[in-house]
Amino acid sequence: MATEVKTIEPKEPALTRAWNWLTDTQIWKSIFRHGAPVTDRNRVLVMLSNVFLHLHPIRIRKSGVKLRYTWCMGGLSFFLFLVLTFTGLLLMFYYRPTLEYAYSDIVGLREHVPLGIMREMHRWGAHAMVITVWLHMFRVFMTGSYKPPREFNWNVGVIMLVLTLLLSFTGYLLPWDQLAIWAITVGSNMARATPFLGHEGPGAALLAFGDVKLIHAGDDARFALLGGTFVGEGALLRFYVLHCVGLPLAIAVLMAVHFWRVRKDGGISGPL
Amino acid sequence: MHLLKDLVNFLADPRIYFVLAVGMLGVLVWQRNRLASGRVGYGLMAFLTVFFLFGSFDRNFRLIVTKPDNVPIVGLIFVLLFFTWYAMAEAVKNDQRLEVGKPPIEKEEENRVWVWPDLVYTELIALVLCSVILIVWSIFLKAPLEQPANRAATPNPSKAPWYFLGLQEMLVYFDPWLAGVVLPGLIIVGLMAIPYIDMNPKGNGYYTFKERKAEITIFLFGFAVLWVSLIVLGTFLRGPNWNFFGPFEYWDIHKLLPLTNVNLSEYFWVRMLGRGLPTNWAVREFPGILVMIVYLGVLPAVLARGWFKAYYEKMGAARYHVGVFLFLMMMLLPVKMLTRWLFNLKYIVAIHEYFFNI
Repeated sequence: MATEVKTIEPKEPALTRAWNWLTDTQIWKSIFRHGAPVTDRNRVLVMLSNVFLHLHPIRIRKSGVKLRYTWCMGGLSFFLFLVLTFTGLLLMFYYRPTLEYAYSDIVGLREHVPLGIMREMHRWGAHAMVITVWLHMFRVFMTGSYKPPREFNWNVGVIMLVLTLLLSFTGYLLPWDQLAIWAITVGSNMARATPFLGHEGPGAALLAFGDVKLIHAGDDARFALLGGTFVGEGALLRFYVLHCVGLPLAIAVLMAVHFWRVRKDGGISGPL
Repeated sequence: MHLLKDLVNFLADPRIYFVLAVGMLGVLVWQRNRLASGRVGYGLMAFLTVFFLFGSFDRNFRLIVTKPDNVPIVGLIFVLLFFTWYAMAEAVKNDQRLEVGKPPIEKEEENRVWVWPDLVYTELIALVLCSVILIVWSIFLKAPLEQPANRAATPNPSKAPWYFLGLQEMLVYFDPWLAGVVLPGLIIVGLMAIPYIDMNPKGNGYYTFKERKAEITIFLFGFAVLWVSLIVLGTFLRGPNWNFFGPFEYWDIHKLLPLTNVNLSEYFWVRMLGRGLPTNWAVREFPGILVMIVYLGVLPAVLARGWFKAYYEKMGAARYHVGVFLFLMMMLLPVKMLTRWLFNLKYIVAIHEYFFNI
């Protein structure tokens, strides 16, 4: 007669059992298609199956994860863009871009909104993003990363640099205080002097039929920028729409191209 | 103490300030092997910190530095100097390795690591740190809000947003069509042209200076000296009427500076030939137009046979001429600065009739 062998399973801690139960539910398995990324197989799968992580490659040059090489400035620029999108969205709840309300809405935001640091985060985040974008460009230059095959992506980056500055510039007007309108007045006055297209620019006088001027204060480059001959209601609305919709859309599309091309051009740069 | 403040005020004069900035770049390039040590870099940061702490006891200094929108530029001074030094130090490290036949550090770090966890965790930490800094900064420093917009009350000085103050500073030397439209346009075009003009296959994907001396020096001159240092100048050292004020100087709205700037045409016709200015603009501005034609048209061709012969042969005609044109347009600013400071030269070409002044 065979002796009955009784094995005693070591009892698992409650937390482990709860975890095992949770990860075995249909809900969990419908969201996560594989186990925790602790095995090589799952480290591949996590990058392939997650839409947010799939911007990354699966494996990357060792220098590419080091601050020494990247300064992290490209990543921080992107993160600050996300912060600005989020805080900007919240600010849009409180702000109306009209001469009657613009300034008083900002005062209200400061005086009446509890825990109101959204405007601060938006403003300082914007200043910081200008700086991180410059430093990212600086790093890319110093490591020669614009060289073939990455020439085109450098160009996409230069356009995004311009868009970053334009985003910051259009946002500068919105508080509608003295700081805002005079900074934009100084900046946009330059457009008056655009060659041929500004009414005080060289060559504009040549564009005329006899005594009829084609380029004057009411239709030149500055007028197109401001929607008027001075920084007024038209400019406020134009800058608001560009700041909240036009420019963010443009830069988001270019970001997609930029990140895509980083991957397609061989990942982060390194010695050949 | 007063002596020290007066000395800083004196050194901050745009003429000395600019020469010092160029000099610092020169020393960085020339003495890079010595400056690459950590002691220099962190010493520089410590010195800057001490300077700003020392300065903050002064009322005028505090007023300009703690203006909310100027705080990021204080940060910019620190990070720009740090990263310029750091990039150069890393380049020197690699150069020393290359000299003894070893590959650059990046070559040894060529093997791949897993993105999860190596990269995603780095990103997470960076993201958390960045958020913390931003939130703390936002709690302690209120965003500025001045009086409601009033078109009848022009503030003095009226300044553009800080990242355009380098361009505004150029207005001292150029008319708006150049400083505000053409030169910024050329900066963008020039940046985009870099990868197509730079034919040097070396230094792709690692820090190095020795293999890219000209490229890096020109870029640092354009970025650190012309762009950033002029922003710092425009932010901290320009007061009412766009006059120069030292960091420890009171912004006196009545400060008067003698301005007797003279056009090249007047130098030529009145002072050299001792006669009146011709009435026809083409005749009057003939000397200046000639100077510009020589500078932009003849000089590149001459250089192609002389100093830049090696570049011309390596780059080919198209790349060479585009590159040299962009370079000369960039150098127009320091050229104009020097002629202003040395000869009080206002315009090289001054055709007011068509708003065409250079």
